[in-house]
Amino acid sequence: MSELALVAFAAARDSHAAPREAQTRAFASFAAGFDERAYRGELARRGLRWLARSDRAFPPLLASIHDPPPGLFLRGLGDGELLERRCVAIVGARSCSDYGAHVARSLARDLVRAGVAVVSGLARGVDGWAHRGAIDGGGVTIAVLGCGIERDYPRAHTALAAQIAATGLLVSEYPPGVAPAPWRFPARNRIVAGLCSATVVVEARERSGALITADLALEEGRDVLAVPGEITSALSQGTNALLRQGATAVTSADDVLEAIGVPPARRVDPDPPSAPAAAALAALDNGAGSADEVARFAGLEPAAAAAALVELELAGLVTGRSGVYRR
Amino acid sequence: MLARTLTHALVGLEPRRVEVEAHLQRGVPAFAIVGLADRACQEAKERVRSGITSAELEWPRRRITVNLAPADLRKEGSGFDLPIALAVLAASSQLPAGSLAGHAAVGELALDGRLRPVPGALAAAEGARRNGARRLVCAAESGSEVALAGVEPVPVRHLAEAVAYFRGERDPPPIRGDHAADVDAAVPDLADVRAQERARRALEIAAAGAHNLLLAGPPGIGKTMLARRLPGILPRLDDEAALEVTRIHSVAGLLPPGTGLVRTPPFRAPHHTASTAAVVGGGPVPRPGEVTLAHRGVLLLDELPEFPRPVLEALRQPLEDGTVAVARVGGRIVFPARFQLVGTMNLCPCGARGDPTVDCNCTPQRMDRYRERLSRALLDRFDAVVALPRPRGSELAAAPGEPSAPVRDRVTAARARLAGSIPAPTAAADALLTRAVERLPLSGRGRARVARVSRTIAALAAASEVAPEHVAEALAYRSPSELAVT
Repeated sequence: MSELALVAFAAARDSHAAPREAQTRAFASFAAGFDERAYRGELARRGLRWLARSDRAFPPLLASIHDPPPGLFLRGLGDGELLERRCVAIVGARSCSDYGAHVARSLARDLVRAGVAVVSGLARGVDGWAHRGAIDGGGVTIAVLGCGIERDYPRAHTALAAQIAATGLLVSEYPPGVAPAPWRFPARNRIVAGLCSATVVVEARERSGALITADLALEEGRDVLAVPGEITSALSQGTNALLRQGATAVTSADDVLEAIGVPPARRVDPDPPSAPAAAALAALDNGAGSADEVARFAGLEPAAAAAALVELELAGLVTGRSGVYRR
Repeated sequence: MLARTLTHALVGLEPRRVEVEAHLQRGVPAFAIVGLADRACQEAKERVRSGITSAELEWPRRRITVNLAPADLRKEGSGFDLPIALAVLAASSQLPAGSLAGHAAVGELALDGRLRPVPGALAAAEGARRNGARRLVCAAESGSEVALAGVEPVPVRHLAEAVAYFRGERDPPPIRGDHAADVDAAVPDLADVRAQERARRALEIAAAGAHNLLLAGPPGIGKTMLARRLPGILPRLDDEAALEVTRIHSVAGLLPPGTGLVRTPPFRAPHHTASTAAVVGGGPVPRPGEVTLAHRGVLLLDELPEFPRPVLEALRQPLEDGTVAVARVGGRIVFPARFQLVGTMNLCPCGARGDPTVDCNCTPQRMDRYRERLSRALLDRFDAVVALPRPRGSELAAAPGEPSAPVRDRVTAARARLAGSIPAPTAAADALLTRAVERLPLSGRGRARVARVSRTIAALAAASEVAPEHVAEALAYRSPSELAVT
């Protein structure tokens, strides 16, 4: 039985490509008329690849889950070997806070520097920031789509998808032409969790898709880590609940690396910042602050504080969003 | 019997010569006004008749025809009352022959013959000067305004006074316009703003470089308060600019009576329900809009994303050219509109973003919709963008900030330096900017904006070159990525 034929059959019927579908008579007649070579040719023409589960390159971690996909469509310049790297999923709320965006981005940046690939779902919010962080860190990132492989969904992330494709991979179990549907996203999450040895939840509300990913990871016996948040924030309820249930708390990328047994990257000390920048950096030791607070703690004029914070931003030591700066 | 007076009709801000001819004929007593006069102008009949009788002059029992020439120019408003009355009086020989020569007149008559001021007296006076009139008869309140145009005003309170003047019974006017004090509008002071040092600094830079400024942050943190204080730190208007602004405000009827030149840069803050015509100018007879009233001053668009898209798009022409063109069947009218734009907005539709005490409930879709209202093209017009988080309570208990006056001195000095020689960037400053373009989401246009702002910062620091620290500070006021659709 051809897995590709099964996937194409399921897509045509808008159903899930479950193995029992292959037993039906409808599939038998579909498979009889399916020209696999032509289909593969068409894929190649569009710059897409097909990696069947039976293929030797298919990631063993993903193959070992309860309901593995029949195969994966690949898009991007990264080679299939990427999927064999140690992968960590970073997932979370679509409407994340600035804190969540910052954490997702800096975690991803630090993880890729240790040689780990960052996997996420190309959604808005935490997913998007995790991909961006990995690209910032000059690393590899994999986006798992919940729709046909040729689509950039959400549309707002078209440019990001192109960036990911330039060095990493976009993968999907759905062939071109499959529209995004609500039920496909939880199905996509099993691939996100399945590809990775650990899943980090950055921010999640009480009932969040990210928690589905965490549950799937737990079911497969993978590590689940959560970033602690304020107990008063609705955006942290899901992650704090995970922590209560025994998930590992993430305080830095090193916690994640320790969980998956990867040695942390040797820190490359950046050029020592100028004196005002060092003072500004020290002012952020006690948590995030506005430019005015940094200026006051560091004893700088507003103009000098602004220049110092930009210097730190350029050095990648500080990020600023909505006027609040964080280390 | 025929008599003529000179007056002016306004087309946009431009005065056009209008001759008021009064002709008296034998026949059934009647009074007709011809020459494309609008309703307010037609009603002059009643006011002129009552005014003349109230001044204990004689209303000629003749067939009176008044022609407003040129007949193809639309005349509107009540400013023709006085010239019509004078023409009728001269035609009925109640004024000495030839006494009207060299004079222009403008003003509305009350039923008891008193004279009321009309908008646009300054423009009318400029027209009078151009058409060779030495003196302009006007309402007493308009006297100082008329004097600004270099025409000698004949300020009168009553029609009878005007008649006495023309009969030589009364001396030429004692009031000379240069005694009228310049207007320094009461602008709120920066000392009222506590904390918000970064925003104050950005305001100073915006003032020094005439940069458009966008303030983004949660509600109630003083964005509007800061913006309202911008005119107070801008340099006072020079003679030419002051005359321009005074003329515009005179035409719009915004000038308080008896005042001289407007020296404070104007400040206009239209509400977001204002129509496109109200903001950029328009109407059947084109009137200046808010952008023109803000000429040489500040236009504040509070809650920028709440403004309808067409209004925001209509701002692009004035922001680019400094003028607005209003096209009508009768021709095209160009209003000046060189203003400094200040926008305020929240960081998200619910306003909670940037406020540590409240959770933001906005869905990504809502955020995108909110941001999409501001086109990239419009965001690109803001040289400096400042995201203001909510200050902590302790910061607000701080001492009052620096007052406006010393800030204005620094701004004025920086403007003078920028007018002299524009500081050039050092090689290190250029290198920093290039590195920033690589590392930060900064477009080519964004780079040009940062370069502009860094020149202003250098000028404020009295530096001869743009140093890296000036570029670094300018980068802090770049358009942040969170305002773009993500």
